[in-house]
Formats: sequence, C-alpha cells, structure tokens
Amino acid sequence: MSLLELRKLNKHFGGLHVTNSVDLTLHAGEIHCLIGPNGAGKSTLFRLILGEHHPGSGDIVFAGENITALKSFARIHRGLSVKFQVPGVFKGLSVRQNLEIALQSRHRGRELEAEIGRLLAFLGLESEQAQIAGNLSHGQKQWLEIGMAVSLKPRLLLLDEPTAGMSPEETHMTGEMVQRLNADGMTVLAIEHDMAFVRQVAHRVTVLHLGQVFAQGSIDEIVADERVAAIYLGQAHA
Amino acid sequence: MTGLLAMFRRLEGPQTAGRGPAFWGLFALVLAAALAYPQFSDGYTVGNTVYFFVWVFIALSLCLIWGYGGSLSFGQTAFFGIAGYGYGILTINFGSAYGFTLVALVAAVAIAALFAVLLGYFMFFGRIAGVFLGIVTLAVTLMLERFMAQTAGPEWHIGTARLNGFNGMSAMPPLTIPWPGEPIVLFADVGLYYLVLGLLVFVYLALRILMNSSFGNVIVAIRENPERAEMLGYDIRKYQLITFVIGAALAGLSGVLYTVWGQYITPSSMGMTAAALPLIWVAVGGRSDLTSTVIGTLVVLAAFQALTIYGSQYALVFMGVLLVLTVLIAPNGLVLGVMNWLGRIATRLTQRAG
Repeated sequence: MSLLELRKLNKHFGGLHVTNSVDLTLHAGEIHCLIGPNGAGKSTLFRLILGEHHPGSGDIVFAGENITALKSFARIHRGLSVKFQVPGVFKGLSVRQNLEIALQSRHRGRELEAEIGRLLAFLGLESEQAQIAGNLSHGQKQWLEIGMAVSLKPRLLLLDEPTAGMSPEETHMTGEMVQRLNADGMTVLAIEHDMAFVRQVAHRVTVLHLGQVFAQGSIDEIVADERVAAIYLGQAHA
Repeated sequence: MTGLLAMFRRLEGPQTAGRGPAFWGLFALVLAAALAYPQFSDGYTVGNTVYFFVWVFIALSLCLIWGYGGSLSFGQTAFFGIAGYGYGILTINFGSAYGFTLVALVAAVAIAALFAVLLGYFMFFGRIAGVFLGIVTLAVTLMLERFMAQTAGPEWHIGTARLNGFNGMSAMPPLTIPWPGEPIVLFADVGLYYLVLGLLVFVYLALRILMNSSFGNVIVAIRENPERAEMLGYDIRKYQLITFVIGAALAGLSGVLYTVWGQYITPSSMGMTAAALPLIWVAVGGRSDLTSTVIGTLVVLAAFQALTIYGSQYALVFMGVLLVLTVLIAPNGLVLGVMNWLGRIATRLTQRAG
C-alpha cells in the first residue's frame, strides 16, 4: 500500500528546474533513502512534501488524500513530521522544554510528564534535560530534534541528513533508532550522504540527479549500477 | 478547583524569572509598600507615580510581542493613541454618568484590539516578519500621528469631540465610579493610584500565568525557531496574531490610562520619540522577562524624569547612550542580567548551606 505518492512534481526557481517531473511512491512501513549529489534537489523535494515550497505543477498524495494545497501545519496534523538538515531545536530553551513543546498538544498533566520521561530515555538525554538545547553537542541536537519529530507519532517521518556531523558510533546508534521506530510501524524517508547509514537501514533507495529520479532499487542494485557510480559514487573514488 | 490550582502553579515556570518563597515574599513586601505608600506622600507625588505606572502596560505589551514572541513591533504607540483618542471621543460625547467612563475604558481598549486584529491579520497571514514587521508597524503609527496632526480645523470632529490637531484633545472626564449618593471621581492622585496599581498587579500576574502555559510555550518556540514550531503542527500565524492583539490591548490600556491621568492626548503620543522610548525601557530592563521589564521601565522612567528636570535636552541623548550600552554590555537587559546574577548567588548559597 502506498503512503506517499509524488505525481509529476515540478518546481522552478527562476530558470532553474530543481524538481523535474518527479514520480515517487513510498510504501507504508518502508525505510526509503534519498541520495544524490549536492544540488540534486533532495531538500527541495522535502520542502515540497512539507508545504514550505509549492510545486509549479504535479500532485502530492498522502494516505489517499491530495495534500498539495494544504498548509504545512495541516500536513503535520495529517501525520507528517520532519527533522531538518540543520538541527532545528529551540536553542534558547531547555531540552525538557523542547520536548514539552512538541508533546503538549497531545498530552497534558501527568501524562505529559510521563511522555517526556519516556522520550528522554529513548533519546538517551535524561541527564541533559535541564541543559539549554543550544549547548548540546551536534549529535545530541540531532537526536533531540529526531525526538521532537518522533513525538508527534507521525505515519511518515522525513529525516534530512540525520547523521550529518556524527561519529561512526553515533551514526550507527542513529541507524538503530530509526530501525526501532520503523519496527513500531513508522514509515521513514531519509536524505543521507553517509552510505554506511544507508546500507544499515534502507529497504529501498532512490537516486536523485538534476531534479529527476535517476535510479531506484535496493542498495546493492544502486551500488552495482554503473550510471549511478558515474554521477555520484564514482565521484567519491575519483 | 484543580484547574484553578494548576493555573496558580503557572505563576512560576521557565519563562519567568523569580520563583520560590524568597521571590514571592519580596513580591508581597513590595506590594505592601506600594499599597501603604500614598499614606506617606502628597497628592502630586502620588499622581506622578501613577504616570510611571501608566507606561508599564505599554512596556509589558512590547515585552510580550518582542521579548517573548520575537516580533519587534515599533508601533505599540499606534494602539496607545487609538485607545487614548477613543476614550476621549466616547466620554466627551456621552459624559461620565452611570459609570460610562468605565465602559469607555473597555470600549477604547477593544477598539485598539480590533485595529490590531486587522493590521495583524495582514502582517502575520501575509508572513511579514523580522525587520519588515518593525517597518510596517512604525509606518502605521507615524501615519496616524500625521493624520491626527492635521485635524486642527473645526471640520474635524466626531460628535461634539473636536480632534484639535496638534493642540491635542482635552477636557475628557476622569474615570468615575457610580456610587449611591455621590459618584467617586478618580482624579490623578490617590484614587487613580489604587486602580492603576490593581490593574498592574492583575496584568503582571495574568501574563506570568499566560507565558508559563502551553500557549506561552508556543510563543517562545516561535521566537526561537518559527519553522520548527510550524513543523510541530502549530499554526504560528494564529499564535502570533493572538499575541499581537493582547499586546495591542495592553498598549491601548496604557493609552486610556494616560488620557485619564492628564485628561489630555496629542498626536505626538504616536510620534517617533514616543514610539522609540518604550523600546529602550524594555531593552534596558530585559525584554524576555516580565519582572525585568516592569522594574526596568520604572527605573528608566524615573531617571529620565529626573534628567529632564535637571539636565533638560540631554535626557534623550542619555536614553540613546543607555540603549547602546545595554546592547554592548548586557544584550538581554541590565535588570535581567542583575536578577540572573542574584539568582546564581542564591543557588550557590543554598547549595553551600545544604
């Protein structure tokens, strides 16, 4: 069953065709990774899905509903959630307050306290809860934001480079975190450059190049694809 | 009952400095002193204190919109003026019998709030933010000043109320409470003092509760990162608009009380200087905290008045210097800086004692 369908999505920035007739179907329950060289249009695609940008043409269908014209917050209410590329935590507020803001519209009173506690434990940030979020390490900020995104109990979680700036161990832990969420039924779409992470979690991979879907398949198929190696993986070895 | 208790618990929280018995003990002490103060002073001085108190409401409005909400409004004086003139026009036309002045107070504040709904709708739903918000709000207040300034001719009147251009509108009745026998007229001394003090305490405590509520959480979240706040499912435009309207109502309250206090309002109350001064009080005090804003505003106002008396034209220059120094030394505000410093010392002392 498809959870998210992008149909012939187009977006221009002036003369630049950043999203070129993109068709993409996400199955419910999968972890799908979006890769591609810088400027391929990955983050723009996220912004289109989230309603921060509006497509020139094409449709976005989420859980059977056309959400192309919906405002961002309304899409969140439908079951989308995101972790941004640059950690988007509330820097001047405590870790605890960050989570409270994410959770307070769904829980109140003691239930809210319990949920915050549960999430702090999931993220391994219990000892940091009174800390100002801006003072956290980069990896901890990433986790905190993942926690905020997850707290909405979304049907589809969008992760824009969840492991950027993380050590290999932290990357692996993040991978496990994503797998645990997926095991609980969350569908995940992740933009990622770290191939170790992609290999660890991805059920399917889509390669984006110059705003178009260039290739799609399992990570092994993608790695074996010479055309992909030429535009992307090949550059890494060059 | 539990709802009420939960509400009072929100008097303390992460968004407001000051907590625990020490803080509330001090609060009670200051309040008691403020209540007793008119007994030990003369009518003129008490009236002058009322004048200081009147400005605290517009300072709190800016604290709310700018300090907590992160939207710099340069036009709080527009609401101040609208409500001030509103009160004048209503009471000059309908008089002060049957407690109408109190109705006029509420109506004038409501008119200012309504104007904020309109202006705020176009700004926030049009996604105007940052410096542009400051420019739009400043333009609105200056436009209102210009408009009112050219209403000197006799053709400019609403009912029997002449607008009077730069000469200002005057002779509106003071606030009058209907009372069996003889109505109580609140002249700008002891009578008005207690009313304004009561309003001030009420607004201060109500804002503390509001800012520590889930609504306040969203407001500071929007200040910290509007995109993230929206991506947690909050329609941030709505929250910004509500904050803006509450702020406008508070600025309007300032305007009405100012008009009541001096029985006078002029277009210059919406001019450039008038628009800039509240920014300085709030910035110097500590814009992101209610208590710091109240203390900062009162201290700066008292200092400004003393300077105006003894140093005349240099008072405004001093205000500018004060703002620059604040930005350089304590960008979060001088009073807030001192309060945080005291808080740290207190924690250290209790830790050592424990």
